[in-house]
Amino acid sequence: MPCFSNTARSNACKRRLAILVAAIAVMCAGTAQLTTGCAPNPHTSPEESGTISSDESKKESFPVTIRKPAGPPTIKTGALDEKGNPIAIACATCHTTKPANAEAKLGTPLPLFHQGLVGKHGNLSCVSCHNAAEGYGSLRLADGKSVPYTEVMTLCAQCHGPQFRDYQHGAHGGMTGHWDLTKGGRVRNNCVDCHDPHAPKYPTVMPAQGPNDRFLNKGGHD
Amino acid sequence: MIEKKKLSLPVIGEVDRRTAVKAGAATLGLAAWAAAIKPWFEWTGELDSDEFLQKHYRELNPPEMQRILNRLTDEARKETGQRVVVKDHKPIPGVVFGYALNLSICIGCRKCAEACHHENNHDRPSHQSYIRVFEMQKGGIDFEKGDATYKHPVPAKDKYYMPVQCQQCENAPCVKACPIEATWQEPDGVVVVDYNWCIGCRYCEAACPYHARRFNWSKPEIPPEEVNPNQSYLSNRARPQGVMEKCTFCLHRTREGRMPACLEACPTGARVFGNLLDPDSEIRWVLDNKRVFVLKEELGTKPRFYYFFDK
Repeated sequence: MPCFSNTARSNACKRRLAILVAAIAVMCAGTAQLTTGCAPNPHTSPEESGTISSDESKKESFPVTIRKPAGPPTIKTGALDEKGNPIAIACATCHTTKPANAEAKLGTPLPLFHQGLVGKHGNLSCVSCHNAAEGYGSLRLADGKSVPYTEVMTLCAQCHGPQFRDYQHGAHGGMTGHWDLTKGGRVRNNCVDCHDPHAPKYPTVMPAQGPNDRFLNKGGHD
Repeated sequence: MIEKKKLSLPVIGEVDRRTAVKAGAATLGLAAWAAAIKPWFEWTGELDSDEFLQKHYRELNPPEMQRILNRLTDEARKETGQRVVVKDHKPIPGVVFGYALNLSICIGCRKCAEACHHENNHDRPSHQSYIRVFEMQKGGIDFEKGDATYKHPVPAKDKYYMPVQCQQCENAPCVKACPIEATWQEPDGVVVVDYNWCIGCRYCEAACPYHARRFNWSKPEIPPEEVNPNQSYLSNRARPQGVMEKCTFCLHRTREGRMPACLEACPTGARVFGNLLDPDSEIRWVLDNKRVFVLKEELGTKPRFYYFFDK
């Protein structure tokens, strides 16, 4: 049996220890990488991502992002600036000085700025949804609370409960991405991506091309 | 006597009738055989022996599969000039796919069929797709009165629209009809075809009560720049002429956790896809909370494709 001197033995021990430490370090690095690989998409800012229902949030590691409309709308004045770009103004530009007309509805002629605004959406008046108290810069819930334009779905859901319920369960509204949220995220449309809030009925469209019947076209059987 | 027999070999002047008939028949036989095997010699250029001797998909071991995928990838790249990758996506354990479609929301825009057409590298001239959208009269489900070739703005008055694709039946008649097991059901419920094993007898097409299978009457024609390069052996890779093909729930996408192309294309969100075995999935919510039905339930095919109305 070979006989080690004390120093040789301690050298061997040190080397073994070093290998062990290195192996642990590699493993730790590997785990760290794995966890970062599964972490939510860093490109999605927390403002953009809204996880919609509680029962979806159990084991998912990727977010369901609901597209958000731009903030308060602007109105084109018809004038152009010196570069030729149309000048658009915020609602408050006029509505801070003009009193709200509680009677105005879709179909009421609005000759000054909202020309051509037609549509059909129940029997709603403008101020049913637009918050006159805040210069029309936000939306108004039925209980009078203010809600920003980006949270329009909260407003729609007040009346369209069944649709909102279906939406929350992934059974209403277009989406792209992953069915398996442990493998990737999902991007979902919001209400006004598809429905014009002033005329929410989905518009009539021309269908995409259908199949060419083999028997009716050239080269087929007569 | 012996000398006489020697002379009776087919030499001119010494031929008896029987020998002449034999020689004639032999000549004809040789000529017929040569004609019969002629296509064989013409074929050898394009059909290599590897492909000809390729085993059934389910009998391939991983190295063999890899060789085939490499060959298919090379061929597709050469043909299209695109960075095509042909993979072999395996079923995910613990997953059985289900699909549901809300007929109250579907507007018949055919965006799903169009997405399928491009995603699955379908033949452009026939504008083939695995989805057929029927325009149906409200008040019943009568496919004989349904129209799959409408060309007017949708939704039309008093009509509803019913997209029909492979129902991925649990009890699939097409699988039973195949005489050579070229089509079968995978553990995740998707019925697939090995295009290299299929002989094109079209029995499965006849057996399918949903008319969901398509036959490649010619080699699909697609402009090279339009080819979808993300391909899978059992789904959207280039199909040869004379084989059957069908919807695979986009297994090259869904087995990676992604949505099928038809769902992503749907502008109204009429389509719901997911794992039937996951009680928290969207598809299970639909099955639990909506009035779902399946097509031709009375046939006992047990489809994994469900339809429902909102009201």
